[in-house]
Amino acid sequence: MATVEVVMPQMGESIAEGTVVKWHKKIGDQVQKDETLLEISTDKVDSEIPSPTSGTLKKILVEENETVEVQTVIAHIETEGNGEVQQEAQQEAPAEEKEPEPVEEAAEPKSEPSAAPAPKEDKPKDRFYSPLVLNIARKENVSMAELENVPGSGAGGRVTKKDILKYIEVKKAGKVEERPAPEPAAPQVEVSRDGVDVVAMDTMRKKIADHMVQSVKTSPHVSSVTEADMSRIYAFREKHKGTFEKREGFKLTYTPFMVDAVIKALKKYPMINASIEGDKILMKKYINIGVAVALENGLIVPVIKNADEKNLTGIARAVNDLAVRARNKKLNPEDVQGGTFTITNPGIFGNLWGTPIINQPQLAILGVGAIKKRPVVVDDMIAIKPMVYISMSYDHRLIDGALGGMFLQNVVENLENFDVKQNI
Amino acid sequence: MPIQTYIEAISSALWEEMERDKEVFLLGEDIADYGGAFKVTKGFVDKFGEDRVIDTVLAESAIIGAATGAALVGMRPVAEMQFADFVTCGFNQLVNNTATTHYRWGLPVPMVVRLPAGGNIHGGPFHSRNPEAWFFHQPGLKLVAPSTPYDAKGLMKAAIRDPDPVLYFEYKYLYRRIKGDVPSDDYEVPIGKADLKREGEDATIVTYGPTVHIALDAAKEIANNDGYTIEVLDLRSLMPFDKETILESVKKTNKVFILHEDTVTGGIGGEISAFITEHAFEYLDAPIKRMGSLDTPVPYAPTLEEEFLPNKKKVVQVVKELLEF
Repeated sequence: MATVEVVMPQMGESIAEGTVVKWHKKIGDQVQKDETLLEISTDKVDSEIPSPTSGTLKKILVEENETVEVQTVIAHIETEGNGEVQQEAQQEAPAEEKEPEPVEEAAEPKSEPSAAPAPKEDKPKDRFYSPLVLNIARKENVSMAELENVPGSGAGGRVTKKDILKYIEVKKAGKVEERPAPEPAAPQVEVSRDGVDVVAMDTMRKKIADHMVQSVKTSPHVSSVTEADMSRIYAFREKHKGTFEKREGFKLTYTPFMVDAVIKALKKYPMINASIEGDKILMKKYINIGVAVALENGLIVPVIKNADEKNLTGIARAVNDLAVRARNKKLNPEDVQGGTFTITNPGIFGNLWGTPIINQPQLAILGVGAIKKRPVVVDDMIAIKPMVYISMSYDHRLIDGALGGMFLQNVVENLENFDVKQNI
Repeated sequence: MPIQTYIEAISSALWEEMERDKEVFLLGEDIADYGGAFKVTKGFVDKFGEDRVIDTVLAESAIIGAATGAALVGMRPVAEMQFADFVTCGFNQLVNNTATTHYRWGLPVPMVVRLPAGGNIHGGPFHSRNPEAWFFHQPGLKLVAPSTPYDAKGLMKAAIRDPDPVLYFEYKYLYRRIKGDVPSDDYEVPIGKADLKREGEDATIVTYGPTVHIALDAAKEIANNDGYTIEVLDLRSLMPFDKETILESVKKTNKVFILHEDTVTGGIGGEISAFITEHAFEYLDAPIKRMGSLDTPVPYAPTLEEEFLPNKKKVVQVVKELLEF
């Protein structure tokens, strides 16, 4: 007989503690290796924790709803091995050891993140892997779980040869942790009654819900919608996207152009880049642009710090970096703080425009619709141009219709007069 | 090295081989006094005489049958089809007799059939065909399809010296448009060896004949505009085709585009694609793409023919799709 200590895993680089949400086993229960032992919750993520070993659950040291530091021993499992006490040091989600139990897996909705506005978006779970990519993965000992977290730059988010080679290179250089990003807990059906399943919100959902209610209560929202002719940016991107991707290793999207246009407008109308504290107006001297990234079970808004100090390439790199890390759950808390203005992208789902809710304590949020070719009237003739609807919700306490309207129109001017001669 | 056109390279190969070996002789329609429809054999009859430069009746079956018989008794005939399209009239001789004789009797059949092939010359449906796929499917025949003057001469010499029947596809569109260095020394281009015309990392275009030049132009444009490097592999020999070199390139670039001027469905590209899938599946990072002419008879109207044939624009588009996959 041997005793294995189960510890509170570290669910991210910056996470210091975790809360036991629910024990799936009672003392005395048999547990299989990789079977779900408990659920935990941290600042970032909720997760089911599989058992590190097979055996009998002998002791539970941390009860439900208790919060402890990472690496704290939370349970003992007795195994049928030799007599030494072993500590299972779990750095992150300990899920990669072997193929998961098929039955357990089938019951869990997959937590593949995604739908970030910047890189190619798609559910990695449904991704196609080419024979070559699988072949390279096998030779380089990249597990399927790891592969699912490799950002794909190909069509539909596909992992290309370059993507996996780059991943392996980075991994060999010691920059990627081998373990896959932890999977957030599945929505648990607590009870069913009269054909209704009652499901507990996860931490992220609770936070989003609270924030939305608080924002609407705080700020009287007004929305304006305009449209921009994207011809110049469209042509510029068509011209440079091939060389850009070859050089940078990720695709050039429209998001950096939007960020760039917004920065210029914020410089012209600094009142938009402010916030309200009591009866004071805080004018921010820095411009930090948040870019909303949709995840499978929610949304996160990483922030490009001092975005006004970056050129277009720098913005593109920052957008890509944040989106990739958002998907892989590698964001640090400071990555999501300090935003002064937010851009969100309902267009990614093909929507023409939306009326987003302000990300407090900011004053405005810009929604970018789908870029579509549309007939437009130019000099009394009908032309076909790539057009986009841009909406903005703003805090009517401070931003009057005139200011909001002028700002929004300035964003349009910046987009339409984009300097196609610049370098990227 | 002297510069020659594609057609001059063919003529000089024939001339030098006739000088070298008295068993080599030519037969075909209007090839003697008239010098052939495209003047490949202009002046030959004055030098080599009517016994070695023979004008035949308008009967491809007779031409191929006679050539096969001559080859069986040790001569080395080079038979000309005035247009590759007309080989259909000699089809039975080629596939039932020429191709099978060595297997039936154990005798060599050293002969060459020249087939001026391909479109882009506004020749319409009877003067523009690329009929290689019919013969590709017939065991017992070798097929070569040069794209440059150097290969045209070297492959003609190799074909004449080969103990088996060789169908030599020459491209009317290239005759006077393509020039290049051609050594005056005796040399052969070995049958069955492909030529890497351009090296690259990001995708491979496997091609032969006139589309080699389209592939090279497209690769250049993509390199200039988008920075991708495309490998261009000229098969030169269609049967046997150079499996080793194809696999080598696939393993390097992992993306394949097969391009020929023959129509797509049932074309040679399908077989090459199947071969790659069978032998290098785990090296593929994208589905294999194919392009040929549209699946219709060759149209006569120039605008329609332009639409029918592969061209640089179409190739660039598909290669980009492949690169972006």
